[in-house]
Amino acid sequence: MRAVVTVTGTDRRGIIAKISAFLAERNVNIEDISQTILGDKFAMIMIVDTSESKEDIAQLARDCEEMGRTIGMSVRIQHEDIFNAMHNV
Amino acid sequence: MFNQFDVLETIDMIEKEHLDIRTVTMGISLLPCIRESAKKTAAAVYDRVCGKAEKLVSTAEALSAEYGIPIVNKRVSVTPVSLITAAFPAQSALIGRELDRAAHTLGIDFLGGYSALVHKGTADYEEAFLRTIPEVLSTTERLCSSVNVGSSKSGINMDAVRLMGEIVCETAKRTKDEDGKGCAKLVVFCNAVEDNPFMAGAFHGTGEADTVINVGVSGPGVVQHALSFVPDADLTDAAEVIKRTAFKITRAGQLIAREAAKRLSARFGIVDLSLAPTPARGDSVAHILEELGLSVVGCHGTTAALAMLNDAVKKGGVMASSRVGGLSGAFIPVSEDIGMIESAEAGQISLEKLEAMTCVCSVGLDMIAIPGDTPASTVSAIIADEAAIGMVNNKTTAVRVIPAYGKKVGDQVSFGGLLGRAPVMPVHTGDASKFIGRGGLIPAPIHSFKN
Repeated sequence: MRAVVTVTGTDRRGIIAKISAFLAERNVNIEDISQTILGDKFAMIMIVDTSESKEDIAQLARDCEEMGRTIGMSVRIQHEDIFNAMHNV
Repeated sequence: MFNQFDVLETIDMIEKEHLDIRTVTMGISLLPCIRESAKKTAAAVYDRVCGKAEKLVSTAEALSAEYGIPIVNKRVSVTPVSLITAAFPAQSALIGRELDRAAHTLGIDFLGGYSALVHKGTADYEEAFLRTIPEVLSTTERLCSSVNVGSSKSGINMDAVRLMGEIVCETAKRTKDEDGKGCAKLVVFCNAVEDNPFMAGAFHGTGEADTVINVGVSGPGVVQHALSFVPDADLTDAAEVIKRTAFKITRAGQLIAREAAKRLSARFGIVDLSLAPTPARGDSVAHILEELGLSVVGCHGTTAALAMLNDAVKKGGVMASSRVGGLSGAFIPVSEDIGMIESAEAGQISLEKLEAMTCVCSVGLDMIAIPGDTPASTVSAIIADEAAIGMVNNKTTAVRVIPAYGKKVGDQVSFGGLLGRAPVMPVHTGDASKFIGRGGLIPAPIHSFKN
């Protein structure tokens, strides 16, 4: 299953490294990364494959939220279909 | 495929603009529960509802986590109870209490369907059922009741309208310690729909499949935010912005409805294309109308702005979902919308203006507190006026008014949570009791004869 990981907050060093390690620990494969800076707001979007993941997506979502708190950023994982549904006719 | 801006837009809608799925409602037929006694029927009802909806809350929570979108309410609607207690109507309360117990067991906030459909005539068993409503609503917590008293096809059953005025007042009296909260759980409809997922008016129609998932979407804040980017657009362009936004909101609802139905082994019923406000700031339909250029909701121009909003929401939503239904449109409850509350408190919106607004949107006079000494015949007359609007305009209308026992104009009622608070609004003091006392049926309008 493909999902979208979004990381938003104030830019700082080492974010990609931390998130990548976090996902690798859970056997979540990163397929694509893009990042953008809007003013001082940092936004990173990853397309990931969770089919080999050790956890289901609900648990991954809780873990992401928790890990976001520890690094002072907002970290989410969502099934890609919510974006496909809302933004494609 | 979506791009990064699409992703960030969705996240902003959810985190900053209150985008949510307002309700996932499971409709359950109770017809297989009819037994030879009220006691056995009540037991069968409890078992069936708890069995069918056992995983409703956990499934909705899992979907919410997976898709990252809040699902605010999980609810159940059932077959109108008057139909399953026809053989023992005076004992209907027993079934009502078991349904309330089922709602507690399931962990849902409301269960709808303590209902009767009497739009053309009231059977003896239905009248006996209707008379149990005040007692049941005052002794249960989560059970909601609705009564259909008219339709475009049948006309308006004025005997039922008269009785419902009395029942609303009696319910207010019996729940006076909670500001008449019983009346917040009681809706009187014209042209009630069988697949409405929203409370308090949800019930599971007899034309429906056995178990159905209906979803109500929301997002007034998202629409307001989108409009804030086009402050000088003309109204054609503003309507286009609303349509596009409604499309996105509805697509989220459609996705959740499909997945929920699949996981709960139920039919996917409908998506209700609604803008449902809450008392939270940033979640107000009134503020959308003000964003369009009204200084305060209730001023002249409000009806036109609402008509445009309602229509654009439907057009965007219809494109987004293969199955639409329910009430579908903008809701204008007073106590549940911070913009409406503030306008009512400032005396800027009247019952008359609200009545006019119900001609162009999806619902009726909703969550309005009126003086506690309002005569039952006046409540009946309010119901009759609203039913007439629905009947003639081929649309659903409803009345959910709360006579605030012991309170007068300017006082306030407060229910807390999603039901909110409202100032007591004035009603006309002229007397309609002779008109209401006549009873009978107001015949259906000529344009209803289409066969």
